[in-house]
Amino acid sequence: MDLDTITAVLRPARLDDLPAWREGDAWLAGGTWLFSEPQPALARLIDLSALGWKAAEISEAGLRLSATGTIAELDRLALPRDWIAAPLVGQCCRALLGSFKIWNRASVGGNLCTALPAGPMIALTAALDGTCLLRRPDGGERRLPVTAFVLGPQRTALAPGEILRCIDLPASALRRRTAFRRIALSPEGRSGALVIGTLDRAGAFALTVTASTPRPVQLRFDAAPTRDALRSAIAAAISEDSWYDDVHGAPDWRRHVTGLLAEEIREELAR
Amino acid sequence: MRLTVNGQVQEAAPRPGQCLRTLLRDLGWFGVKKGCDAGDCGACTVHLDGEPVHSCLLPAFLAEGRGITTIEGLAGPCAPGDGLPEHLHPMQDAFCDAQGFQCGYCTPGMIMTAAALDQGQRQDLGTALKGNLCRCTGYRAIRDAVAGIAHADLSARAEGGPVGRSLPAPASRDVVAGRAAYTFDTAVPGLLHLKVLRAPHAHARVRRIDRAAALAVPGVVAVLTHEDAPRRRFSTGRHENPLDDAADTAVLDSVIRFHGQRVAAVAAESAAAAAAGVRALRVEYEVRPAVFDPEAALRPDAPLVHDPADRDPPRPGEDAPPLLAHPNLAAEAHGTIGDVEAGFREADRIHEAEYVSQRVQHVHLETHGALGWLDAEGRLTLRSSTQVPFLTRDALCRLFDLDRDRVRVLCGRVGGGFGGKQEMLTEDLVALAVLRTGRPVSYEMSREENFSAATTRHPMRVRVKIGARADGRLTALALRVLSNTGAYGNHAGGVLHHGCNESIAAYACPNKRVEGYSVYTHTLPAGAFRGYGLSQTIFAVESALDELARDLGIDPFAMRRLNAVRPGDPMVSTSLEPHDVIYGSYGLDQCLDLAQAALADGGGEAPPGPDWRVGEGMAMAMIDTIPPRGHVAHARIRLEPDGTYALAVGTAEFGNGTSTVHGQIAAEVLGTAPERIRLIQADTDAVRHDTGAYGSTGTVVAGQANFRAASALADSLRAAAAERAGAAPAECRLTRDGVETPTGLVALTTLAQGAAFEAAGEADGTPRSVAFNVQAFRVAVHPRTGEIRILRSVQAADAGRVINPMQCRGQIEGGVAQALGAALYEDYRFDEVGAVVTRTLRNYHIPAMADVPVTEVLFADTHDTVGPLGAKSMSEAPYNPVAAALANAIRDATGVRLTATPFAPDRIFRRVMAATETAEA
Repeated sequence: MDLDTITAVLRPARLDDLPAWREGDAWLAGGTWLFSEPQPALARLIDLSALGWKAAEISEAGLRLSATGTIAELDRLALPRDWIAAPLVGQCCRALLGSFKIWNRASVGGNLCTALPAGPMIALTAALDGTCLLRRPDGGERRLPVTAFVLGPQRTALAPGEILRCIDLPASALRRRTAFRRIALSPEGRSGALVIGTLDRAGAFALTVTASTPRPVQLRFDAAPTRDALRSAIAAAISEDSWYDDVHGAPDWRRHVTGLLAEEIREELAR
Repeated sequence: MRLTVNGQVQEAAPRPGQCLRTLLRDLGWFGVKKGCDAGDCGACTVHLDGEPVHSCLLPAFLAEGRGITTIEGLAGPCAPGDGLPEHLHPMQDAFCDAQGFQCGYCTPGMIMTAAALDQGQRQDLGTALKGNLCRCTGYRAIRDAVAGIAHADLSARAEGGPVGRSLPAPASRDVVAGRAAYTFDTAVPGLLHLKVLRAPHAHARVRRIDRAAALAVPGVVAVLTHEDAPRRRFSTGRHENPLDDAADTAVLDSVIRFHGQRVAAVAAESAAAAAAGVRALRVEYEVRPAVFDPEAALRPDAPLVHDPADRDPPRPGEDAPPLLAHPNLAAEAHGTIGDVEAGFREADRIHEAEYVSQRVQHVHLETHGALGWLDAEGRLTLRSSTQVPFLTRDALCRLFDLDRDRVRVLCGRVGGGFGGKQEMLTEDLVALAVLRTGRPVSYEMSREENFSAATTRHPMRVRVKIGARADGRLTALALRVLSNTGAYGNHAGGVLHHGCNESIAAYACPNKRVEGYSVYTHTLPAGAFRGYGLSQTIFAVESALDELARDLGIDPFAMRRLNAVRPGDPMVSTSLEPHDVIYGSYGLDQCLDLAQAALADGGGEAPPGPDWRVGEGMAMAMIDTIPPRGHVAHARIRLEPDGTYALAVGTAEFGNGTSTVHGQIAAEVLGTAPERIRLIQADTDAVRHDTGAYGSTGTVVAGQANFRAASALADSLRAAAAERAGAAPAECRLTRDGVETPTGLVALTTLAQGAAFEAAGEADGTPRSVAFNVQAFRVAVHPRTGEIRILRSVQAADAGRVINPMQCRGQIEGGVAQALGAALYEDYRFDEVGAVVTRTLRNYHIPAMADVPVTEVLFADTHDTVGPLGAKSMSEAPYNPVAAALANAIRDATGVRLTATPFAPDRIFRRVMAATETAEA
């Protein structure tokens, strides 16, 4: 929709040209969230597309996803063969409520910065031990795990003027076996629970719970847990009153189905 | 900046925050639609350098130097305003051939998306098209279009008339090519844009409105508040008799009765300036206690919605007026036949439970809106998205003290209605602004406004008690209905009355009782909605009957055969007074047989997994083919000099298919082809009066008037030709181009030269007949997550003689899909101060393609004595039996009797788990 209060759009070509941040500024990547709701508090858009960041870089160290790369670009990536976590990428792209037309515009970083509990790029990057690289207004940088970047529904660790530059996924995480489960109130609906399990070669098991909780929750085990151990670990990490509540699922259902999906994942990765 | 649209290099100067959608419309590409303006519905889809995108989400400045294709240019380069291309794109042809649209408002975006799919995506359309919402079709026809399956009968058949053939809609090519003009698809020079400030409280008095800052905003032309509005009150609900609904609403009011009510309006040179003006308004409110629950609203100490201390309370509507003294009662319905208590004493089994139907929205893809101006003679003219142009004209005349010849209301093509546009929700404000400024004014509701401030279905709690003897015969049936009409009484009485009528009149039971209350609360007003009260009461009655049949060990189809009315039985709900409903035809017996046989034929999907529980269920619905209390239509038809016909009717085309049917009826009577009939419609200048296309009357009332006009014209043409030929009229026969006489053909063009041939017809909506629908489902329910999958869906319909089978099938499929939305997903959520939380399509989930199963549609073979050419209505009715049939199938699968819609997994999983665990133990 038209954002009537916007009076200027800045399109810096280099990071050094970024304007001084002020109240009412917003970073623009794909715009698929910014333009989907009234934004009466905004006055300027700072378009990051002219910075020309490469969507993704593959290296020995792992996968670097630039914040401005689109979901369509991510979905098209050909990853090294020994990165057996690769199917998770497509599964998470398909978990986006928006269709392939949204993929053409929506950015990976935008999905993280919007910080909706059901954001599937949050699930993907959290499950694969992603680290966010943030650029401060003074040009300095800091790193945060994805699980510490997303603080709650539409709340992140970004300080005013700070930019999410990219997300790094370590190669070690990309070499893990993965299992993906998702449930929604309707077949293609917004995720009510999105749960990912990973198992590394040494047998360490991790469970990442998203969508059913206000922010991602990660549980780590040195070895695959028993059914009861997994269940009590979930109960210990997520108290009964901290399951997410909105129109896409009642909290008690989210808690219940998260338990079911987690157990399915545990069984799948035990095979 | 410069961009290329449909091969045209165009200069544009987008505003910084503008999206591509509005820029393209500013450039004259009206095929780019606004369904949600938020990226959810896909109606605005265009190709950006060949890639499909939602143009409402794309910052306009990013289109600089890019190539854009809209629906207008899909078949090849064209300029804004160009007519139909000679050849359509294959996907546009496919949508014509499959008739993959009804109102057609979602169609441009649907086609632009479908045309961009690769082979892989076409194999999984549920996923590929999840970003495109259609409210009319139920998606089957869209699937067929994408798959290249044709249904439209395009043969130039010499034999037989057009009635009964699956002819395509006359506007098909315009719709698929993006040329069909909806309400706002026209450029009006000097247009002002109107925006509305909406109340942040559910109940308040407006103390003061400071308009100075708003008036100072550049571009703002006028600020309108309650001080500027007419003092007269009206009802947004429109009926033939305006006294049916309480006149309790003001154009702008100093008392706020629901969160989201209009407080003030700003008209400005641009939409952005109007919005800035609205933000600059300063309002002081005296906030008052509010009541949201209808039960609480009937307590003695409840806050009053229409407080006599504010002003004289409104005179209640004359349809089902309240009898009790509580000022929060908007309407009541009471009645008894027989001795209900004695009937329950005779019963061997009794079922009693309360069934709750939630608030749902119509979600027509075109939001409410109107354009208004003063024509060259200074006449107030409105182009509106309405189902009732004539009744709106009459309401405006009364509100602004204008004679009928000083107001004209007309429609473009209307983007869906479903009853929601049987209300005056925008025209009054546009009229006020036009009269105040003398300028053309546009007011187009946003999707958020449409959710939070337009009307909805009436939420209802229905307590049903039903008794039967061991042989299954009903002995007594009692309903207690509590309906929440919201802040205003539009349709309060009518919906209550109607809801308590056919739902129980369908059963031959000697003892019946109804006690119904429609209650004012401080919530957004409910209004007319497909089914008009029946979907809520039928959910209760048909669920209860299923429970009773189970208890008695009787098959549910047999239970209906035993108890449903048959020709000869009186059709009574709670009064033995004479009425005008007759068995013009009766096809319920066939519908029951057809649905039962189809369910048993082994077709349908397999359950998703071995642990899913499978069950079957059915429900029936009866509906009067015309609403009571008067429904009038006029039609005029004349022979044109070129030998074609011009037919004028009042009804609007909003996907109901009325235009197709009108052409078929007139062509049948006149022995010609529908393309020889030019339709002039939905314009108060076209005919004397037309109550409007609501209550499923497009075919049976306006079609009847058309039939009579065409018959009269046919008679006079035969007589004139007979005179020329020296033959008897009975020896003459009308054909496509002339009248065949014993001495040769008299051409229509010859007749037209000699004299003016014109005839009129009218219909008054009485007597009325009855139509029937039987819905059956097989479902699978996941015993632990609560997920439901529909494995088989069948609806058998008694539509009389089906004038256009393809179109009628589409109406039924669409009705089932819309009802599945209400049965499975849709619901409103409010916050603690009464504000609507579900204001977007991503938070109010209407069925997408993946949610809707294929419904097999079967027609009873009947011919009605009341409707034109044997036809009956079939637009609301398919919606009504769906929720109960689904609940009954879930009951069969799991043992759980669900008594509140929607059956969303998070609401039902506990009960499903408990029941299935019990069954296992």
